[in-house]
Amino acid sequence: MNWKRALIASATAAPVIGLLAWGMTRDPNNILSPLPGREAPAFQLAVFAPGQGELQRPMGDTVRLASLRGKVVVLNFWASWCLACRDEHQVLSIVAQSYAGQPVQFLGVLYNDVPDKGRAWIAEMGGQSYPSVDDPGARAAIDYGLYGVPETFFLDVNGKVAYKHTGPVSAGVLRIKIDSLMAAGAAAPAKGDSVTGDSAKAVKAGTGR
Amino acid sequence: MIRLLASNAILVGLVISVLGAILLPVAVNRGRRDWMMLGYAAVYTNFVLVTVATLALVWGLASHDFSISYVAQVGSRATPTFYGIISLWGALEGSIVFWAWVLGMYAAAVVWFNRKREGNLVPYAATTLLLVVLFFHILLVGPANPFHLVSPVPFDGPGPNPLLQNHILMAVHPPLLYLGYVGLTVPFAFAMGAMLSGEVASDDWIRLTRRWTIVAWGFLTAAIIAGMWWSYEVLGWGGYWAWDPVENASFIPWLTATAYLHSVMVQERRGMLKLWNLNLMVGTFVLTILGTFLTRSGIISSVHAFTQGTIGYYFLGFIAVVLLATLIMVAGNSDKLGSTGTLDSALSRDALFLMNNLFLTVFMFTVLIGTLFPLVAELVRGVKVSVGEPFFNRMSIPLMVGLLFLMGVGPALPWKRSTWPELRAKLIPGVILGLLLGAFGIWAGARNPYSILAFTFAGFAAAVNIGEFVSGANARVRAHGELWPVALSRLISGNRRRYGGYLSHLGIVLVAVGVSASATFRTEREATLQPGETITLAGKTLRLKGVWGREEKQRSVIGATMELLEGTKVVGVVEPRMNYYPTSAQPVPTPEVRTTWSGDIYLNLMAFKQDGSTATVKVIWEPLIPWIWFGGLVICLGAIVGVLPARKRVSAEADADGATVAAAGSAS
Repeated sequence: MNWKRALIASATAAPVIGLLAWGMTRDPNNILSPLPGREAPAFQLAVFAPGQGELQRPMGDTVRLASLRGKVVVLNFWASWCLACRDEHQVLSIVAQSYAGQPVQFLGVLYNDVPDKGRAWIAEMGGQSYPSVDDPGARAAIDYGLYGVPETFFLDVNGKVAYKHTGPVSAGVLRIKIDSLMAAGAAAPAKGDSVTGDSAKAVKAGTGR
Repeated sequence: MIRLLASNAILVGLVISVLGAILLPVAVNRGRRDWMMLGYAAVYTNFVLVTVATLALVWGLASHDFSISYVAQVGSRATPTFYGIISLWGALEGSIVFWAWVLGMYAAAVVWFNRKREGNLVPYAATTLLLVVLFFHILLVGPANPFHLVSPVPFDGPGPNPLLQNHILMAVHPPLLYLGYVGLTVPFAFAMGAMLSGEVASDDWIRLTRRWTIVAWGFLTAAIIAGMWWSYEVLGWGGYWAWDPVENASFIPWLTATAYLHSVMVQERRGMLKLWNLNLMVGTFVLTILGTFLTRSGIISSVHAFTQGTIGYYFLGFIAVVLLATLIMVAGNSDKLGSTGTLDSALSRDALFLMNNLFLTVFMFTVLIGTLFPLVAELVRGVKVSVGEPFFNRMSIPLMVGLLFLMGVGPALPWKRSTWPELRAKLIPGVILGLLLGAFGIWAGARNPYSILAFTFAGFAAAVNIGEFVSGANARVRAHGELWPVALSRLISGNRRRYGGYLSHLGIVLVAVGVSASATFRTEREATLQPGETITLAGKTLRLKGVWGREEKQRSVIGATMELLEGTKVVGVVEPRMNYYPTSAQPVPTPEVRTTWSGDIYLNLMAFKQDGSTATVKVIWEPLIPWIWFGGLVICLGAIVGVLPARKRVSAEADADGATVAAAGSAS
């Protein structure tokens, strides 16, 4: 063995490995969503899974984003065929329940799926506290630039996208984002619809079934 | 149950590969033949275990056992069973299982065919193979474990990626690719074995290795062509190669393996290029692992996205270990690898092989740099860039044209040195056919100089390579008075590797003509038609008969029925479709291709009105495209001829080559 040559040769590997190692710290698909800070794309979608208790909304009720002004909106795109959605299901359900009575609206959006399958999935997972809407033709998903499921968008009280979370979401992230958005909303009340006006509307929708 | 069986099989396989990799070097040091056999048994046992794990996963996919995480991730009750089973290689974890199985098979075959061989080469090669096997077991136990328990057990899964269940070539391309890619581990293992055992200076191990290299190279070639065909048939853009990082990952080692198949002859015949060949051999393996890393780690953006995870770090570690180990071994042994011959003349086959290697190596670096450049650019300038077709085409077309020329000159030249008068007789038919084909290209409308050169050199290379068969057979007819076909077949079986090589050259010529013709003369039109309206392109008229929809078990299908007209007579029906899968927002285009002798009519449904009143179709006239697929077949035939066992009278040399036994075994 010629160890001198071996040593010199092995030194040439360092830059290659270094470059690849550095590359591992990058994500080429991580092209930042342009949405945060902008007006959230409007939608009107029909409820296909009503949710439970206080958070319930009637089947077939149309949810308009505009009617949710004054609330922090947590928009969670999911599908029954999505494995990672199973991981976050219970977290979302419990956290949503814990904000009941406060100006926070959780909304599931079914992505590329059939409502029947979505309902069966919810039943199988032990129910879901908040309502889910169907998104036929994935129109809303396209508007929100969905890359995959699950993805969760946090909308502030003025209907702007504040934050986008890719992949299963944790209770910690949910609470931190919601609390800070609620605090910001309380400091600078929503333009247009007031908080009270909006909750009055929500009550009306609730009694209208 | 199945799940536990498979997980444990992999765990035991991991332990056994560790034990074998420790035992074999110890056995060599102690000179214990019986321990060596035990080490070989570890290789066989590992193969049995990975086979069990693979079959378990196949069974899980076939029986919709959604408690297995991989099945829950890619399976679905609606997917046809066949596509369900082949989604074994449709996503990350399953593809690693399949990889481990192919690797286990190669390792077992290498050991089995060489088990009686004296010396320390084979035990060290087996050790190397077991260490690579070990790495894949670690992946299967760690980041790519397909056998996690899913609880509660889902009733149904999403099914495979729609693109992966839309065409039959999904069953062809990936297995071929793995057989080629993984097969390149074998020459690497022999190279490491030769260096570890100190036999690297002898040419013995080179002879042992070359047949395995041709086998792997043949599979890789077939896989690349099948991949081109697949992308042509399913993606709807009418192209077959996009210089996507994943395509490049398969092409880069192909270039170095091709260079090796040529330069190794210089070593055998002339005793030169020993160190270079060793570098090519280990380099090819490093490039396969690099390619795998690029495609599995998510480090580079590609349409062939595999889901990412921590697996990239494992591959990075593996590359580092392999790169360091090979560099240290090769550089450390470089003293022993001096040339025993010299280059006599620039007008010789030796010199042509050098040129060929230069071109192939430059080509390899070009593609490698283009593939890695986005990473470098982001490191240096912090910008995201993508390197696309313009770069690769501009750089690679001159190299391809040059290689085509060398392919025509090389076979005409003798070893050592040559004279012009000798050469002239061999080259004249080539020059004539080349000029004819070049002129034909100009007549047909080619104006790009590279395109005209490609036609010219293709004709040239074809004539020279065919000339080798003709003149060789003629010589036999004169010398032995044989019938011409008999003479031809005896000529080939007398030197299979050489004539197999020429046959592969002819395949390359066909591919080259297909590529240049389709790139130069391709035309396309897009139109929105109402039923009864026609579209005409390149003298072919198609009439829309109607738009229809159909629900299938796993998808819904929209199709347009187009009639191919000759005058007013309907001579054929073409039905491009769009398939809608429930898990995909976008429809999967399903173009239909109608092949004629002169090219393909490629029809893609772009859009339609819901009520069926109009359909927008794209028609592409793809001249000579089928030549590419046919050429690929000819290349592989050449590889098969090259690895078939030699005839009995040369069996002295064949006995030294274990792979002969393999081929003979399968032939009888």
